[in-house]
Amino acid sequence: MTTVTTQIKLTPEHGARPDVSMRSRLQDALPKIVLAPSFAITIVFVYGFILWTVYLSFTNSKTFPSYTLTGPRAYQRLWRWTFESDPPSSWYTSITNMGIFGFLYIFICLALGLFLAILLDQKIRGEGVLRPIYLYPMALSFIVTGVAWKWFLDPGLGLEQTLHQWGWTSFHFDWIKNKDFVIYTVVIAGVWQASGFIMAMFLAGLRGIDGEIMKAAQIDGATTFQLYRRIVIPLLRPVFLSAFIVLAHLAIKSYDLVVALTSGGPGGSAWLPSNFMYEYTFKRNEMAVGSASAVIMLMTITAIIVPYLYSELRERPR
Amino acid sequence: MSVIATPARQSTGGISARTVNRIVIYGLLALFALFYLMPLFVMLVTSFKTMDEIQNGNMLALPQAPTFEPWLKAWGEACVGLTCAGIKGYFWNSIKMVVPAVLISTLLGALNGYVLTKWRFRGHTLVFGLMLFACFIPFQSVLLPMATILGSLGRFGVTLRNATGLSFGLGNPTVNLVFVHVVYGLGFTTLFFRNYYEAFPTELVKAAQVDGASFFQIFRRIMLPNSMPIFVVTVIYQFTNIWNDFLFASAYAGTGDAMPMTVALNNVVNTSTGVVEYNVNMAAAMIAALPTLLVYVVAGRYFVRGLMAGAVKG
Repeated sequence: MTTVTTQIKLTPEHGARPDVSMRSRLQDALPKIVLAPSFAITIVFVYGFILWTVYLSFTNSKTFPSYTLTGPRAYQRLWRWTFESDPPSSWYTSITNMGIFGFLYIFICLALGLFLAILLDQKIRGEGVLRPIYLYPMALSFIVTGVAWKWFLDPGLGLEQTLHQWGWTSFHFDWIKNKDFVIYTVVIAGVWQASGFIMAMFLAGLRGIDGEIMKAAQIDGATTFQLYRRIVIPLLRPVFLSAFIVLAHLAIKSYDLVVALTSGGPGGSAWLPSNFMYEYTFKRNEMAVGSASAVIMLMTITAIIVPYLYSELRERPR
Repeated sequence: MSVIATPARQSTGGISARTVNRIVIYGLLALFALFYLMPLFVMLVTSFKTMDEIQNGNMLALPQAPTFEPWLKAWGEACVGLTCAGIKGYFWNSIKMVVPAVLISTLLGALNGYVLTKWRFRGHTLVFGLMLFACFIPFQSVLLPMATILGSLGRFGVTLRNATGLSFGLGNPTVNLVFVHVVYGLGFTTLFFRNYYEAFPTELVKAAQVDGASFFQIFRRIMLPNSMPIFVVTVIYQFTNIWNDFLFASAYAGTGDAMPMTVALNNVVNTSTGVVEYNVNMAAAMIAALPTLLVYVVAGRYFVRGLMAGAVKG
């Protein structure tokens, strides 16, 4: 990397008069001065605040923050709740839901996204119309998505009612009101929102594959299925990774959708850890427990993101 | 790349395998298009129906006597909690919050990207990495400290107003949200501009330096005129994100007159006084969705580019 700043020092007036040298020194420092506020903001409001939250999780803060350290009591409680399955503790429900939601959301989005991308890549007439239709939900807020699906899945108003009117009276679909199944409705709405975007990522990946490889394989007599399984999908590995990262971090951050779609579900049965954190911190006056759950969420995301960012930033040698 | 499904042409009773293949593909694509369009369609037709029609009719049927009443009611009369003045005030709250937040974060991002690519210093990767990671944190991990700080700033604002007559925006929920969105949007805007400027020829910048152009002159005369596409991408991305935000909005402006649109919509839908007016709820949801949908329709290409840039490359 070349330091561009040295070139400024070559200008003829440099060092001629003291104020000029002051000015050129200011010019040298200017880039850092410009960047400094943003960097400082990040350090304080992201990393400083994270440390603050970590600190709070080791106190016995209830309604208001308290700054007397009392050890890892909040974590011990969360740990105990982790195994309290009958009746399920809020935390047990939240992390079980996270597992179900995270797995299904990521898996279905990847599968559906890839499937749609492959279909769209078969020289389809009207691709320009279809692609935006698959993708538009990504422009909506989770609240709007939640409101729309809440209506659509409501047994008395939506799908069930419609099919009854059409004569299929035995059709029964009340997942949104059922505490054991409500989390799957969150999966449906989540997949609806994000899968089009994953499709776009895969489509971009498919378009980037060298046509020569494909032709060669076809000449060798590979069937379409073999072609995709043996050649195309392995070549898409980087897209899988990016898509996985995007989906995993969206899944862990999901909060709004649960609120808008289910209002937390019957008895909090649709909670994710993010909802747990919000409720315990702001409504149940258990600030320390809320903070501890936030720290656990952060560590989960960190475990996924940091290795990824590290390799991305390292990859390009300069 | 394009693979045409099985090139083999066996004619099976007049219809080739290829034709069958095409029909299956188009059928599947159309089916999925229905899946994606259905909720929007239902929301839209419901918002134009009367309550009678909703209770007695079919969800998928087109409105028999289309009425704008629900839209007008959502805009001007719907109840958010106990106040029944429609969502128009909250719509403007969102605008007042989004516009400054987008402009400030985008401009800062442009400057940061410029420094991080054209004026590199030791440790620039670390600085960028730290800012980038900030994009991915679950905001729950900063929610509470920020609430505490905003609370003290608010109290300080009251003191200030008592002393000077002006609070300088301290304690104003809209100002708070602008601040929060700028802080937590910086990572993304910096990422966008950094990746864009990375590909921008450094020779041009160096030549301008030799000619004696200053830091800001180069930014204004050389970088900015060539940054139009990334500005559009960043503005759209930030606009969509900030408009759609719910977590910060509900934590820092969850009650009262300063609520942004998303929080107000959630309250409209969950207000349980009297009969639930589904048509009004759907109209309110449509109004909340319109700005971002409009942006998507007008500039979809840039929207997708923004998502990709935010998703893929570090």
